[in-house]
Formats: sequence, structure tokens, C-alpha cells
Amino acid sequence: MIAYYLRRAGRAFAANIDGPLLGGVLLLMAAGLVALYSASNAGWGRMSGQIINMLVALTVLWVAAKVPPHYLMRIAVPVFAVGIVLLIAVALRGEVVNGARRWLNIGITRIQPSELMKIAAPLMLAWYFHRYEGTLKLRNFALAGLILMVPAVLILRQPDLGTALLILGSGGFVIFLAGLPWKIIAGFALAALASAPVVWSMMRGYQRQRVLTLLDPSQDPLGAGYHTIQAGIAVGSGGWTGKGWLNGTQTHLDFIPERTTDFIFAVYAEEFGLLGSLVLLALFLLVIFRGLMIAANAPTTFTRLLAGAITMSFFTYAFVNMGMVIGILPVVGVPLPLISYGGTSLVSLCLGLGILMSIQTHRKLMNS
Amino acid sequence: MAKSLFGGGTEFRDAQREQAIFKRRLLVLSVFVVLMFAVLAGRFAFLQVAQHEHFHTLAEANRIAILPAPPARGTITDRNGVELAHNYTGHTLEITPSKVGDVDALIERLSEIVEITTRDRRRFKQLSEESKSFESLPIRNRLSDDEIARFAARRYQFPGVEIKARLFRHYPQGELFSHVIGYIGRINKKDVERLDEAGELANYRGTDHIGKMGVEQHYERVLHGTTGVDRVEIDSAGRAVRVLSRTPPVAGANLVLNIDTSLQALAFKAFGNRRGALVAIEPKTGGVLAFVSTPSFDPNLFVEGIDPQSWKELRDSPDRPMLNRALAGTYPPGSTFKPFMALAALTYGKRTPQQGFADPGYFWLGNHQFRDSVVGGHGWVDMHKSIVVSSDTYYYILANDLGIDNIAKFMSSVGFGARSGIDITGEAAGTLPSREWKKKRFGRDWFAGETVSVSIGQGYNSYTPLQLAAATATLANDGVMFRPHVVDYIEDARTQARTPVEPAPLRRLDWDREHLAVVKRAMVGVNISGTSARVFAGAGYTSAGKTGTSQVIAIKQGERYVESWVAERHRDHALFIVYAPAEDPKIAVALIVENGGFGARSAAPIARKVLDYYLLGKEG
Repeated sequence: MIAYYLRRAGRAFAANIDGPLLGGVLLLMAAGLVALYSASNAGWGRMSGQIINMLVALTVLWVAAKVPPHYLMRIAVPVFAVGIVLLIAVALRGEVVNGARRWLNIGITRIQPSELMKIAAPLMLAWYFHRYEGTLKLRNFALAGLILMVPAVLILRQPDLGTALLILGSGGFVIFLAGLPWKIIAGFALAALASAPVVWSMMRGYQRQRVLTLLDPSQDPLGAGYHTIQAGIAVGSGGWTGKGWLNGTQTHLDFIPERTTDFIFAVYAEEFGLLGSLVLLALFLLVIFRGLMIAANAPTTFTRLLAGAITMSFFTYAFVNMGMVIGILPVVGVPLPLISYGGTSLVSLCLGLGILMSIQTHRKLMNS
Repeated sequence: MAKSLFGGGTEFRDAQREQAIFKRRLLVLSVFVVLMFAVLAGRFAFLQVAQHEHFHTLAEANRIAILPAPPARGTITDRNGVELAHNYTGHTLEITPSKVGDVDALIERLSEIVEITTRDRRRFKQLSEESKSFESLPIRNRLSDDEIARFAARRYQFPGVEIKARLFRHYPQGELFSHVIGYIGRINKKDVERLDEAGELANYRGTDHIGKMGVEQHYERVLHGTTGVDRVEIDSAGRAVRVLSRTPPVAGANLVLNIDTSLQALAFKAFGNRRGALVAIEPKTGGVLAFVSTPSFDPNLFVEGIDPQSWKELRDSPDRPMLNRALAGTYPPGSTFKPFMALAALTYGKRTPQQGFADPGYFWLGNHQFRDSVVGGHGWVDMHKSIVVSSDTYYYILANDLGIDNIAKFMSSVGFGARSGIDITGEAAGTLPSREWKKKRFGRDWFAGETVSVSIGQGYNSYTPLQLAAATATLANDGVMFRPHVVDYIEDARTQARTPVEPAPLRRLDWDREHLAVVKRAMVGVNISGTSARVFAGAGYTSAGKTGTSQVIAIKQGERYVESWVAERHRDHALFIVYAPAEDPKIAVALIVENGGFGARSAAPIARKVLDYYLLGKEG
């Protein structure tokens, strides 16, 4: 009798969990902890903090997986509207921290509405295309683009170029998946190329510096170039199989900056080499392809687009971070998903992954 | 949801078409993902296999750490070489909180070896709240040789604790110069962001401090210098073994001030325990000779982070020692405004020097009576006498003829109500009242009666002692105006090459020589037979001055102001402006004694001491 209830409770607990996705997530988290332990010089201070972060994030994932997608569709517009109102409030009376107006004091605590937009923008666009499903015209795409521009411009003005681009990216994936004609995509690509000089002239001094440093790291050996140079040495000296766990000289002699957060991949690649790096790539591919599969099997336009955008955002973070560490992208503050130390990014990623699981596990209910 | 699936025929077909497009697009993205990851994998292989040898060598060579070599900050001295800010090498005991479990217990254990006061603990706590946990933070500064030896012997018991040799900033003159030099403090997040935006963050690697106030902040770029690079061989534990090569840092430039420390000290002391400010300027150059704001504070408290209790005491003191009264305190100028009013009247042709009237001691504007401070008036008053005896009535009537627009235009040309641009950060602009200003500030129109108050330096007028001193210097220098500057020249630390700070005049005001002569003669008269004659009796040089008294509380119509009746904090402020020698001005002074009462009694004697010392070398 008791065994029966335990089994039932266990089934209810795991009801909305997608096995392959969870497997990928847990393996990535494990790899993250292994690298973090080394990066924090075999100290437990950051480890215990990160384990707590992971438990919180997994709880968020579990709860998000239980929330059925039609409920998400109901709150898509209100969430987006609240996000926009908060962003406007930030622009009008936000707090300036480190020279950028990103935070809003709501009495109890300070919040950063642009974080909310990372999920609210694709949610809104998925809802919009679902609403006009079957009757999509070119003007629907134009309007979707406008909807996306509102938060992007507000965040760009904070100024926070990185987050604005990430939000444009996640919304852009929705628009792309909804079927934006190739001709228009080609037009945008050409326009982007043509406007590159204008963008360059609008960039701030330190942003230009980061791009220039990418081209020639030795130009700035004490500043941003230092990160690129030292991370490159760490990765390259790892060789085929790496120097072994806790044996990375670059890591342990303090040569890798931000080695528990943005540059943790350098630690990993130094100690586990090319093989380890490819294993990590494979784990990321597992999560991404499972996400794309969930998107392909999703029953409604809303869930399809949302699943596609969440998965592609996950890919973007992983690609941008690793690309930055190995010197093919400029140094920007994007953590490596599920690996880098830090609670905020873990929680928001797991929220997205939970939504993916919800879409996967609720699909029969919706079809029936 | 069901709508689209079982709805109208075309929509259904279109929905199916959209779904097909979606699948195709998903396929495109899958290919894209694979391609991008292939790029990553290719780059991994390039770095880790093809270039492995190269990077392996580099990593091995990376037993060579590239360490920043912070430059020595420039020193600051007065015009005679007296040190006002200098550096010394000292040893600190530093904790890296992230390498330590229980910081409080550690400090407890450390306190058995070296002395750690509660002030040190409070300051450390404050610091660690403001810093990242992997930064090395000082728990104790200026360790004695004895303490260093004791700690070194037990160093192995304290992982995460280190002794470091650092350059310290010290201000030997303490509170005497804190309002001029300001101080440096530890670099905080805001500073980092500012440096990042300016592209100077790399140059601050290895530097912990930055100018936070005064000259230290204004000349930060000059004082800091250029950070060098040390290539250091390190052992497997990361400790430096020896220096292999170095690009030496370039030390920051030294600053030499116009200020004479003994003059500054004399002026500071002359205030006793009264609150106030004094600015002395050399009219021919704009060089600041003395710059006093009392009470003051010890800038050394701030260098390593002030402990919360000392900070609270400074912040909450009713005497407001943190307020730089000379630079950011604004006061109505009182009757010291009159010489400038007279010059404005002459310049705009509203008065001739000879024009006079029988002063009844009051002036009616509409049904409002403006009274002179002397009941019954001063008898026959022309321009000269109006300044010498400080007649209010003369200026009440003049105000009416001159009008607020002319007053505002003239006073703004002399620099009233605008930042002078002095090389000390934190300057206040003050308020030069005008029609536009009042409209903007209160949304109301200007009243004629307000012009009358403005004419005797009361009402909305509000200027810094610095502005008053600069205006006096400009008057003394016949309208040739300099930007006041405390730094005389910047001296390259290596070559000793000197760069003067302000060689050229800012602007030349087109004042008529005869008009100037009238006003200047009257100001000489003030110190010979006028309101401050007694203070300057037997001076041995000719000086030109003007007393002033500015109201702290409004005196109601029909009431009389009797000093002994009002509380000390509500007493009038005493002001005085002066320059000397009158025929060839070498120094111009403006000063205020807060709640000092009548200007001639408390303010003028301080000015006399300053002039006596500067011109005759007399002390006391």
C-alpha cells in the first residue's frame, strides 16, 4: 500500500520531466562543478554557493515544467506589457549603477527588467504569431519586428548593448522560425553590412577597444587583450588530453581572469584538452538537439516557436561564450550556460529549459 | 488553439503550410548549429593540436608573470617647497577574504600577534563590504619592524594573509589643506566604471587609490603617472622569484602650488574657532595665495577608508567641517557688492561720480520703505562717500535707475554666479539673480523691490567667497581677469620640466580707467576714513577695502536688528574684501566670518593680519 503511494508520488514528481533533456542538463552541471572546483583552487567557498544555486535552479525548472503551455500563452501579453512598463520606468527613474541605468528600485529590492525581457520577448512574439496563425502576411512580420524593437531600443539606451543584442537574437529566431521570407532576410543582411561603419561610429570607446583587441590582442596586454591572450594560452596548452584535473598551470598560477565566471571554459579546456572540450560540445549539442526536437514535435504554433527560440538562445549563449574564450568573438559578458558560476543565469536558463519540458510533456494533452 | 486546426479551409491549409515552413526552418537552424559548433571544434583543434607546441611553450614560459608596476603618485608642495602631499613606503597586513573561511576568527587570532584596534576592524568591515572577496584588503597599515618579524615567523599559520609593501599617501599639513588638496581614497566600483569608459582602466592595474576630492581629484591624470610592466619569474606556487625584465613605470608629475603654507596657516589660525572662509589671490596672475575654510578635517583619515564612527562624527557635526565654504558655500555678499554696483553705474552712464543727494536714511518704493542701517542717514552722499561710509540709500535709488537687467549683465561679466573654473573639484556656481533666473526658479516675474535688495548685496544674491575674491582681484587688476588656480606649475618628475598652469588672462573687461579710479579711490577711503579705518590704522601700506554684512534672518519692517538679541547662529555674516598695495596690487582677499556680525569688527582684522604678513612679513 505504502509502496503504491510512493510509486504514485514518484510518478507525479517526475511526470513533467523530460529524461534526455534533464540528463544533458545534469551532465553539464556536473562538468561545471568539476571545472569550478579547479577554478576556485580546490576551495569550497564558491562550490557550496554554486550547488545551492543549482538546487534553486532545478526547483525552478521542475515548477516551470509543471506549468502547462496554454497558461504561458495566457500570461504572454501581460508579462511583456509589464516588462515594457518596467523598462520605461527604468528609463525615467531607474538607478544608475556603473554608469548605466539598468536597475529599478521597487522599494523592497532592486530589479533588472532587461533580464525579464530575455524570456518575455520570445513569449510575446510566439503568442503573436500563434494569434495570426494561418493568415500570416508580410505586415505581421513587420509588426512583430516593431514589437521586438521596443524592448531592444529601451535596453540599448540604458546602455546595455550586449543584452539588447541577445534579446534581438531570441526574438529574431521566433520571427525566422515563423517563416520570414528569405528575400527579406537577405535584404537585412545586406543592410547590416552597409551600416557597419555607422554602428562603428556610434560605439563607445571601450566597445571599440574590445573589437580592436580581438583583431590584435597584443595591442592591449594589460587590459582586455590580456584576457584573450591568457585564455588562448590556457586552451592551446591543454593539447589532446589536457594537463589533468587541478593541474592547469594557467589556472592555478592566476593567469586566467574571471576564471570562475566568464572564462571558466579556459580552465576546463586547459585541464581536459581537446577530448574534454569535444565532450562538452557534445553535451551542449545533446541539449540543443533535444530542444530542437521538442520544437519540431510541439503541437501548436505558440509552443513550436517558443521552444525553438529558447533552444536557439541557449545555443547562442554557449557559442558566444566559447567563441569569446578562444578568441573568435570579442570579449562580452556572457556566461557559459550551466557551467559558469552565478545564480541569475542558472535560474533564467533553467526556467527556459523547464518550459521546454513542459511543452514536451503536455503535448498529448493538447492534441487530445 | 482548436480554432486554427479545425477552422476554415484556407486557414487550415495555410496553417499546415506554416508548419511545413517551420520544420524546414528548424532544419536550417540545425545545420547552422552544427556548422557553428564545427567552427568551435575546428578552432579547438587548431589551438590544441596544430598550435599546441607553441602554446605549450608559452604556458611553460608563463612561469613568467606580467605584473603591473604602479607608478609613484606625484607629490604636492607649496610655493616654497613645503610638502603638502607625499608618499612613503610602509607595510600592510592584508587579508584575501575568499581564501579564508571565518574572517572574524582569523582577525581575532591575528590580533594576538599584531595590534588591531576596533577602528581597524570597523574599517576592514566597511572595506570588505565595498570590495570583491578575492581582493586583498588591509587590516592593518604601517606595521612596525617588530610586528613584521612576529608575523613572518608564524606566517604558515595564516594562509590568505600577507604582508605587502605599499606606497602610502600622507598629508603632513593635515586639516590646514584638506579643503584645497582634498584626498585620495580606495578605487570603488564607480571609479572603475569611469576609468573603463575613459579607456584608462589598464593604466590603473596595480593602483588601489584615486583622487577623490580637491586638487588630488582635479589633477588625477597628471598625478597618477603611467603604469609599468614587470616580467617576473614565479615558482610553482605562484610566488615571485625574480624580476626578469621591466618596463619601468613613469611617475606622476609633481604639483607646485601658488599657496604659501605659512600664509595659509596664519589665515587659518586667525579665524580661531569661528566658522568661515578666506581666499587670497594674486591679481596679476590669478594664482591663489591662501585658500581657507574652517572648520576643517584631517584628510589622512580618508586615505585607507574612514571608519564609520569618525565619518559619522564629521558628517553630523553642526559646524559642517566637510563643507568647503570657500568653494561651495554661497552667501549674500552684503555691502562688498557696492564697489561693483558703483562701477556698473558708471559703466552704463547712470551716475557721474559727482552726482549726490541728501541722504534721509530711507527710500520709499511705492508704499514700501527701505531703511539704511544708520538712522537719519549720512548727510550729503556722492559716489565716493557712498562706498566709504557704506550708504544703503544711495544704492536703493541707484538700483531703481540701473535696473536688474543691467546689474545682472555687469555682475555676470565679473564672474558672479558662475563657476570660476578653479582647479579644485566641487565648486558651486552660486546665484546671480535676474529676471530669467527668477522665472525659471520660481515661475514668477521680477519685482522692482527685489532690485533694491539686490543692490546692497542682499536678497537673492548668493556667491562663493572664491567668486568674491576673484572679482576683487579683477577689479584690482583693472579688469584683466584670470582663472583662479591653486597650482602654479606641473613639474615632470624625471626631467623637472615645468608646465605653468594658467599663463594667459581669461578675458579683459573693457572698463574706463577714470571710472575704475573713482571706485578704487573710494575703496582706499574705506580703509583710511571709512568703515574699516580703525582696523587698518598704521598699516604701513595703502590698501583698498570694503566691509560687508549679510543677513542670515530677515529683519521685519519696523524692527531693528540688535546683535546681542539674536542667537549666535542667526547673527549676520561678516564679510570683507581688500587688495593691497592700492597703487600696485599684489594680493586681493575676500573673506567671510559666519555669524560674525558687523564686517569691520570680525572680518577686517583677519584680512589685516594676512596683508601684514604677505606684504611686510609681520607675524601675529
